[in-house]
Amino acid sequence: MDHPPNPQRPDLRALFLAFAAVGLSGFGGVLPFARRMLVEQRRWLSAEEFNAQLGLCQFLPGPNVVNLSIVVGKRFHGWRGAVVAPLGMLLAPMLIVLLLGMAYDRWGQLPLAQEMLRGIAAAGCALLFAMAWRMGTALRDKALFLPFTVLTVAAIAWLRWPLPAVMLGGLAAAGAVAWWRLGRP
Amino acid sequence: MIVVQLFLEFTLLSFVAFGGATALLPEMHRVVVDQQHWLDATTFTHLYAIAQAAPGPNVLVVTLIGWEIAGLAGALATTLAMCLPMSVLIYLLIDRWDSFAGRRWQQALSLGVAPLAVGLIFSGATLIAQAAGLGWCGGLLVVAIMVLNLRTRWHPLWFIAAGALLGLSGWL
Repeated sequence: MDHPPNPQRPDLRALFLAFAAVGLSGFGGVLPFARRMLVEQRRWLSAEEFNAQLGLCQFLPGPNVVNLSIVVGKRFHGWRGAVVAPLGMLLAPMLIVLLLGMAYDRWGQLPLAQEMLRGIAAAGCALLFAMAWRMGTALRDKALFLPFTVLTVAAIAWLRWPLPAVMLGGLAAAGAVAWWRLGRP
Repeated sequence: MIVVQLFLEFTLLSFVAFGGATALLPEMHRVVVDQQHWLDATTFTHLYAIAQAAPGPNVLVVTLIGWEIAGLAGALATTLAMCLPMSVLIYLLIDRWDSFAGRRWQQALSLGVAPLAVGLIFSGATLIAQAAGLGWCGGLLVVAIMVLNLRTRWHPLWFIAAGALLGLSGWL
């Protein structure tokens, strides 16, 4: 499907509101919603531009969608856009989550609330397992790279090593294997 | 000052958040629960559950953790700390990124970080499962939702709602 570029540059208000809508529509990850808004609905980015920009956002640590909103904001309105777009995406959901936090402080100790939260946590961790499964099956060269997944789980979940050390060592080792792999036809 | 300490801890965390806030769950748990004893494991799990049930980017679990530890100032401190360093970096880097794209070292790092991110998310899931204190009924629910989520295109919110209802009915 082809989406012709939108000739109209969004103003700051439009940026804010568009990202607010994205932030509020996503449950368990808003990236798909961000893509739909940017590429298909508003057509502020082409599909290729979106993929290229997302590359850096996923390459760097940190919340990917926040990074993405900064890239899009900067593109249209420099530093002002880069402030307004992430604020638009975060403010309303932050308010909601804080209200829920207050409710938790008030009623969280009730047995009924505890039971409900345990059910939600079960569903939440099931969604995480599914996400890991999906990402794992999408890995290229599984025989080469899945062992690094297993080592990461062993170091983090079982041995409880600190993440910075694991990431540094893991990235050096997995990056070296990837470097070697890329050098072969 | 606990707020300053929160800000510093979460700034550090933001530098290793490859794969986003979700992949950071195990490390946040290690720092917040095991190391600093700011929260107990059950509360941590509850906060994750609340963040899952609310709309918005995954990073908001960080907001909730900050809120629970130090109120509004804590919530702002953790959220800002998690978002700001990489935001500044990406603002400065984005215009040069295109000239890096396709370089071998850049491809190697992207390729290498992927299996680690999978491991981090899997670890986060096992951690939440452990801390939630699920019996075998709960374990069954986890497996069922995982399979359904992989096999169907149902909206994740339905699974969250089903979990909440089953929890309320005292099944888990």
